[in-house]
Amino acid sequence: MRLICTVNGTQQQVDDVWEGESLLYVLRERMGLPGSKNACEQGECGSCTVLLDGLPVCACLVAAGQAEARQVETVEGMADGGALDPVQQAFLDAGAVQCGFCTPGLLVSTRDLLQRSGRPSDAETREALAGNLCRCTGYEKILDAVRLAADRLAQSGTGGHR
Amino acid sequence: MSTPTPTRTPTGAPEHLTGPGRGGVGDDAQRPDGVLKVRGEFAYGSDLWMEDMLWGVTVRSPHPYARIRSIDIGAALATPGVRAVLTADDVPGEKVYGLELADQPVLALDVVRHQGEPVALVAADHPETARLAASRIHVDYEVWEPITDARAALGHPTWNQVHDSAAEVTELSRENAHLHPQGNLVRHLKIRTGDPAPTADVVVVGEYEVGMQDQAFLGPESGLAVPAEDGGVELYVATQWLHVDQRQICSALALPPAKVRLTLAGVGGAFGGREDLSMHVHACLLALHTGKPVKMSYNREESFFGHVHRHPATMRYEHGATHDGQLIYVKASIYFDGGAYASSTPAVVGNGGTMGIGPYVVPNVHVDCYGAYTNNPPCGAMRGFGSVQTAFGYESQMDALAAELGMDPVELRCRNAMEEGSPTPTGQVIDSPAPVAELLRRLEAMPMPTRVDDGEVDLRDMPGGVSNTTHGEGVRRGVGYAVAYKNVAFSEGYDDYSTARVRLEVVGGEASATVHTAAAEVGQGLVTVEQQIARTELGVKQVTVHPKDTAVGSAGSTSASRQTYVTGGAVKAACEKVRAQVLARAERLVGRTVPDLRLAGGAVVSDAEDIAVPLVDVLGDEALEETVEWHHRPTEAIDPETGQGFAHVQYAFSAHRAVVDVDTELGLVKVVEMACTQDVGKAINPQAVLGQIQGGTAQGLGLAVMEEILLKDGKVRNPSFTDYLIPTILDMPPMRIEVLEYADPHAPYGLRGVGEAPNISSGPAVLAAIRAATGLPLTRVPVRPEHLTGL
Repeated sequence: MRLICTVNGTQQQVDDVWEGESLLYVLRERMGLPGSKNACEQGECGSCTVLLDGLPVCACLVAAGQAEARQVETVEGMADGGALDPVQQAFLDAGAVQCGFCTPGLLVSTRDLLQRSGRPSDAETREALAGNLCRCTGYEKILDAVRLAADRLAQSGTGGHR
Repeated sequence: MSTPTPTRTPTGAPEHLTGPGRGGVGDDAQRPDGVLKVRGEFAYGSDLWMEDMLWGVTVRSPHPYARIRSIDIGAALATPGVRAVLTADDVPGEKVYGLELADQPVLALDVVRHQGEPVALVAADHPETARLAASRIHVDYEVWEPITDARAALGHPTWNQVHDSAAEVTELSRENAHLHPQGNLVRHLKIRTGDPAPTADVVVVGEYEVGMQDQAFLGPESGLAVPAEDGGVELYVATQWLHVDQRQICSALALPPAKVRLTLAGVGGAFGGREDLSMHVHACLLALHTGKPVKMSYNREESFFGHVHRHPATMRYEHGATHDGQLIYVKASIYFDGGAYASSTPAVVGNGGTMGIGPYVVPNVHVDCYGAYTNNPPCGAMRGFGSVQTAFGYESQMDALAAELGMDPVELRCRNAMEEGSPTPTGQVIDSPAPVAELLRRLEAMPMPTRVDDGEVDLRDMPGGVSNTTHGEGVRRGVGYAVAYKNVAFSEGYDDYSTARVRLEVVGGEASATVHTAAAEVGQGLVTVEQQIARTELGVKQVTVHPKDTAVGSAGSTSASRQTYVTGGAVKAACEKVRAQVLARAERLVGRTVPDLRLAGGAVVSDAEDIAVPLVDVLGDEALEETVEWHHRPTEAIDPETGQGFAHVQYAFSAHRAVVDVDTELGLVKVVEMACTQDVGKAINPQAVLGQIQGGTAQGLGLAVMEEILLKDGKVRNPSFTDYLIPTILDMPPMRIEVLEYADPHAPYGLRGVGEAPNISSGPAVLAAIRAATGLPLTRVPVRPEHLTGL
């Protein structure tokens, strides 16, 4: 089948998609966007989290056809050219990146969280990120990164509610 | 909240080079791969792609133990899009491989010995086509009854027979009971020291069991094999030790090392699970057979079958002490279930045995530690490597002994704690700081987490969370302590080394260093450490880390908490040789000998004389390069009958305090806080040190309360992240951490390997806290809800 959707603001058309392919497979193997990760491919780990029409989803659980005519945002769309998104920068500064396999999904989830609630409490952050597994960090530095990003976004006035 | 308050002691790193912001030794330098990782542009093994590449998949045995009567590949080969179907007959070289013993078939020979053993390979132009074809391969099995218990495999019908005589180790008499021609015993380690028949005022006996844990790294086993024009192969692979992979691949392919070239692909975590081969040889076989690049990437279910796990263990301990809490003797029998193939079982037995009574001074020790073959999944390296299991045993015993004596458990531990100069059970004298008691006392002095009692119950603070299972009724709090130690680097006489090539040259008008090692970066931050050391030693800002490959000598394994020590030592030594060349040139330039010349800020400088020659002038157009193979001081094999010997080059020490709330009606546990103290000798990168402590703590917590590969008759019942649970951000509590820096005079910069110790002391502290909350004996981990209810 043919799939047409908008990925990171650019319209993409892919032909010969097998109906059984997931959005994750199409992003990674057909669109050259391997940033969304394939750690479990059954919706448990969150490493493939993308925004579908603005809502976070596990791309591995979305059939490719379900993305037809919709907006998909992936980790590759977060930075503005050479300038990292404040959430990306905060993950680096806080030391929240080790192997980095969970990082793309956590970045997308965190960006979504900070857009919904500008200064989340730790309890809110833990709830929001409970679907993103990380095996390296023990999550402490991820919490540090979320706090840091929230502070910076609040100071610059670019975070907050949408 | 992480509130590190490092205690700093002099460690030899020049202070003027370690100031904040310079990115040298002692700084929170940022990882060189960090920007790529947050942009989603870092190429992990599973991200590799080449025009015209094929996808490889593996056909695996559904049976734990069976004889293969025949394999029919006809229907698979006839599937459109399939390019190759291979079986053991297609392996051109040695058909078995292994880290320590070559006993594991590349593809099953006549007998499969565990569920998931690779039997055949398929390459096709779409992964789904390959999987379809794989399902069409018909394997005719004669299914045998599996041997699934380590003690049964060694022929011990009852538990109590065990600990007195090694001669009792016999083999089963039933048919097919010899899993391997050499029998079912992989290794038996004995420690005999002191009085063989000691007596004590107080004796405590306990039996303990540890379930099978999975590394659960997030990045699946994956890589890309590309056939080369010279008849060789290039393999890009996520792994832990390129050169030991290369050795095994060469053997299986019957190719010389020059024709099997490996480059490290991005690694999504490892934790020991990538020390053995997974898809390495398979992808190379398919690539050489088809003449096309072949990618293999396991899905999560296959990953559970595609790597070794942490050995399950059963342990019996007997501790004898005086009335005032002085340990007199420890007797222990420790059984590790190695599963179907040896992997690193001999070394796991080595660790489990030599460090099996914990960081305590005990005059009379009698340990038997066994590794056995069974038909369970193969077990091998996982962070903590034999020490995680025994720590549950010996720390549970220390708590039981404290209770028996009516003594505070921390006091009992401190009274028997090792210190510098103490003998180990293997007769080795600890010759660097061993602040075991201080680690515990510092934990005790940390504030306890407070309960917010404003009448409102936040469900998120309760066991069960927002499932709304309790508002506090039936919830009991407990506090537990544990301390552990672990050898750093390879032991028992192994010639352990790393190779570093360092180059200094002018690039774009600036002096710049390149560090080339084969040391696998798996997420821990070794690439950052390599840069930091080069910056400190060469006084330059720009340091490039060359891709990790087999074009340089072996760095040894990224395991045993060893890379910062051993590869760090190699990089430091190579930098020193380059520096010596630079200083000699500078002296020729200034025309005389200057005793205090050093490198700083991109220049050769002297404090005594007013000299500051920019490196660009010293180097000119020339590149200075040195390659060093650096060995840590030698260890020795232990005596086979007594276990005595200088077995380990260095020990790492950490301690944990856990605070838990237990809902005793439903058996749910919430870990409220974890506190950790660890001596790291010298924190080369303090932020990364904290990351190791936090991550290691989480994995230990996971083993204590949730993580287990469940087996029934040798079959894995939960090969998915739906059913094999690892801690989420809701399960992992805030941490308090104190990092101590007592230099080890034998180690580069005084550093001590960091990665494993916190993974060892964490779980036993959680178990002790649950025990304190419930009053239950709890002799098995992971603790399950049904173990905790009915109080």
